[in-house]
Amino acid sequence: MRSDRGQRSPILLKLFAAGGLLFLHLPILLIFVYAFTTEEKSFQWPPPGLTTRWFAVAWNRPDVWSAMALSVQVACIATAIALVLGTLCAAAVSQTKFFGREVISLLVILPIALPGIITGIALRSAFSLFDIPFSVWTIVLGHATFCVVVVYNNAVARFRRTSGSLIEASMDLGADGFQTFRHVILPNIGTALLAGGMLAFALSFDEVIVTTFTGGQQATLPIWMLEELIRPRQRPVTNVVAMVVVLVTFLPILAAYYLTRDGDQIAGSGK
Amino acid sequence: MTALSASHSGASILSRRNGFAGALSDSFWRHPKLLLLLMLTPPLLWLGIIYVGSLIALLMQSFFAIDDFSGVISYEPTLATYAQLLNGANLDIILRTVLMAALVTIASALLAFPIAYYAARYAKGRWKAFFYLGVMLPLWSSYLVKVYAWKLILAKEGIVTWLFAKLNLTFVLDAILSLPVIGGNSLSVSYLGTFLVFVYIWLPYMILPTQAALERVPGNLIEASADLGATPAQTFRTMLLPLALPGIVAGSIFTFSLTLGDYIIPQIIGSSRLFIGQAVYAQQGTAGNVPLAAAFSVVPIVIMGLYLTAAKRLGAFDAL
Repeated sequence: MRSDRGQRSPILLKLFAAGGLLFLHLPILLIFVYAFTTEEKSFQWPPPGLTTRWFAVAWNRPDVWSAMALSVQVACIATAIALVLGTLCAAAVSQTKFFGREVISLLVILPIALPGIITGIALRSAFSLFDIPFSVWTIVLGHATFCVVVVYNNAVARFRRTSGSLIEASMDLGADGFQTFRHVILPNIGTALLAGGMLAFALSFDEVIVTTFTGGQQATLPIWMLEELIRPRQRPVTNVVAMVVVLVTFLPILAAYYLTRDGDQIAGSGK
Repeated sequence: MTALSASHSGASILSRRNGFAGALSDSFWRHPKLLLLLMLTPPLLWLGIIYVGSLIALLMQSFFAIDDFSGVISYEPTLATYAQLLNGANLDIILRTVLMAALVTIASALLAFPIAYYAARYAKGRWKAFFYLGVMLPLWSSYLVKVYAWKLILAKEGIVTWLFAKLNLTFVLDAILSLPVIGGNSLSVSYLGTFLVFVYIWLPYMILPTQAALERVPGNLIEASADLGATPAQTFRTMLLPLALPGIVAGSIFTFSLTLGDYIIPQIIGSSRLFIGQAVYAQQGTAGNVPLAAAFSVVPIVIMGLYLTAAKRLGAFDAL
């Protein structure tokens, strides 16, 4: 009988932990209430009345839709690029030992370790140096740069748990490199890549700091929100959009969690 | 036996594969370096050339200076911009930001520890998943939406004012707001508001590494410490805290770095006094002084460089 089972926690610790979680979640829940308020001009609490009419108003706003479409488009392309680059990096770093491995890890982490404003302004000055006009692609370029790291982290963790002897066994049984990749490596790292891709999507969908520097006239959804925050036009519409954004980003996070949850039971990890 | 191994060393037992893909696969097997090179080229081109290239190009600009009369950048290496960086108003901005980052980091560490400790030691099964998601969801949900939520909360007509009024404690809120430096007209235009929002937004980044470090502390160790006569406070001070420290330091890298570079939170919630991020934004945009903006962005890079070196000594990278 181990002694570290069935312990009761001190009541004070429990209260602190519960309080901490409430502190993290209540502000987000508050957004949901404000999406239904009838008050237009201020952030009055409690809401004088509840209505669903702002959903219809937001639905009929073309600027919201175009911002949403651009965000989805950018996030998809950036995720695709990040998936390729991140997987390549992770495979190289985890399968072989070579001089400068540490430098590669540092290079991948740098775009999120440095404040976003530095990445943004550096890219912007590079664009102006080479006379590159702002477009969807300049936004994608910025996003892909910092999305690589989430794919890389997920893939490296999975590669570490995937036994190298599986690959050797596949080769011994006569499969060539491509067959091994398709039938052995890909099924093993597939869910990790999917999870990494979803997190990269969520990261790109939400990014605002780098985008303010790399986007020209086009507004992604976060840029649209930032403008509403600084110069509010129709506050209830912002409330509704904020609520929708919360719901949209929750889904990939939950999916990514369920995909990587059973990570301990990967084939070959016990050896 | 010797004959067998001798025959192996001469040629491979398998014949060469047919076709282009087969030959390619074979050559990758024979020359692992070639495969490695092929795998590393695209990410290195992207991150090494595009990203680091533009970073260096930006930093180079900080050694140029803007001409006071014409407003044009003169491309002669000079340290004049750095001298400008260290004059009164700009130095104030740097000190203000570093102080805020330090306070936010300390507050996050204090708030994060009980949550992380509970999740690591007492939460089991379903509750563990609940705690994990409970930290992950706020971490990943939209940054701007979270800032916006706090604008709603801290507004003069918002929920905080209402709550204080309901509890008949309005005088407490007024007393806090009338404090000289941290107060203001309402919470949403005070340093206190900025501080609260920073702590809220970066708290999950502190919880996760702290929890990871605490997960590695065996529960029996805590009991052993108690069995040997240590009071809970002694156990905490001499055992739990040193073991959790790498995790806390790892978390503080995020909270500190993110606060140093943020320019949106102080712009939306806070007084009109600038932080480093806002100064960079203003200098490169409206003021058009790119060298000074570049010099300003060197500050967080240098501070984080020193910070990371110190963190590495404390073993923070093993806890990530």
